Amino acid sequence: MAERKGMEVSIAMAEAAALCDVDCIAAYPITPQTHVVEHLAEIVADGRLDAEFIPVESEHAALSACCGCSAAGARTFTATSSQGLALMHEILFITANLRLPVVMVVANRALSGPINIWNDHSDVMTERDAGWVQIFAENGQEAVDLVILAHRIAEDKRVVLPMMVHFDGFTVSHVIEPIEMPTCDDVKEFLPEFAPLQRLDVDKPISMGPVGMPNVYTEAKMMAEGVLRGAYGPIVEILGAFGDRFGRRYRPVETYRNEDAEILYVMMGGISETAMTWVDQKRAKGEKVGLVRFRLWRPLPADDFKAAIRGASVVSVLDRHFSPGGAGGPVAQEVKWILYGQPKAPQIVETVVGLGGRDVTFKDFEKIYGTCKAVLGGAKVPPFELTQVRGGHYGEV
Amino acid sequence: MSRQSPTPNWRDLAIGTAALEPGSSRYNRTGDWRSSRPVWNLENCVKCGVCTVFCPEGCIAMRAEDSTPLSDMEYCKGCGICVAECWTGCIAMEEEKE
Repeated sequence: MAERKGMEVSIAMAEAAALCDVDCIAAYPITPQTHVVEHLAEIVADGRLDAEFIPVESEHAALSACCGCSAAGARTFTATSSQGLALMHEILFITANLRLPVVMVVANRALSGPINIWNDHSDVMTERDAGWVQIFAENGQEAVDLVILAHRIAEDKRVVLPMMVHFDGFTVSHVIEPIEMPTCDDVKEFLPEFAPLQRLDVDKPISMGPVGMPNVYTEAKMMAEGVLRGAYGPIVEILGAFGDRFGRRYRPVETYRNEDAEILYVMMGGISETAMTWVDQKRAKGEKVGLVRFRLWRPLPADDFKAAIRGASVVSVLDRHFSPGGAGGPVAQEVKWILYGQPKAPQIVETVVGLGGRDVTFKDFEKIYGTCKAVLGGAKVPPFELTQVRGGHYGEV
Repeated sequence: MSRQSPTPNWRDLAIGTAALEPGSSRYNRTGDWRSSRPVWNLENCVKCGVCTVFCPEGCIAMRAEDSTPLSDMEYCKGCGICVAECWTGCIAMEEEKE
């Protein structure tokens, strides 16, 4: 068994990328992802990793360079956060359409404005439709494991799609955690050499990214839908293979003490770990409360979610982003999409917490729990609410 | 994959909608978004070839036997550059009708 060592999560993720023997890295430093890129640059400069490190002038250029590298047949890695992900926006969709298995880690951070470097999920949630596989880590060990898994999943011949690994900025990225770094040999065995289905080759020239006129654009979008949904089976299989080899099991939807729960909290990312401790306390007092998290966000594991919440009367979704003037939090929207019209669908309590780095504590879980208990007792379900806001919610008198 | 059908099934699309062989403009007919077309008054045409040189699509050719300019309407976008460049004024744009 590999040794457990105290490491900063960002550094550990860079080491994990190096273990994957990536060929190309093009990235631009941005808080709170900076340490990932800095450390990778050091690893390459020190000669520990034989890779091309392309220093670029922006994230738009970073992902564009990654597309070129991946199209040439190189295993490609990048990292970004917040404004950087937003600047990649148009290339994100292109990477997915071109079926280039680029792996990107995203240290989740609030989008400006006001400018804010701290954690929430506004950066990831505004890129839901880009066509990438998206998965969430809750702690350092998961972040390391998911970097390795992401290369295997993205490059699998049944998938061949780019993949994002999300981890919370600062609250995960900058924390020093005990991490079991897989050995080089184990990773080599788990992650076969990258064998692209097609690549740029002077002996067999093709054009990547030609215009898709109205007669093929719809079909191209159906391919994006079909390939991403079709990736679900291979992803589950690969998560299982990882569990068999490394002993750490990941599932598309993770559950914590959800058996016989009346009230289930749904959230994603690092705050889930705080929630687990809170759930333990509530359970110790006999409260029937549990926790469900989307580990896999795209493709959305709707059936796993339905199975995970079966029997619950109230599902309390804690979003860390919302659509101003729109339908509230994105996770709650999708949960509603999954459950709409289902027999015995639970009531859904929607809250938005932890925006721009505001701490999410037991106090917040407790406050939301009061609403959940009221709904459980037959009270009307309130509209979505920013429970941590001072001055009362819009619309309240 | 050989030449792609103009109305492919999504399952038959190349990976990443790549063009796997050159010459796709031969079968991607791009002239159908034209709203007007160039029409030559050949009585005034001196067959100088300026229109063939300036056509950005390269879709005007001089007929081999008599150097009469001919535009390939399956590719002509109706931009009107030939009209602007023709110094004899023998080309006019005519609105396309259904």
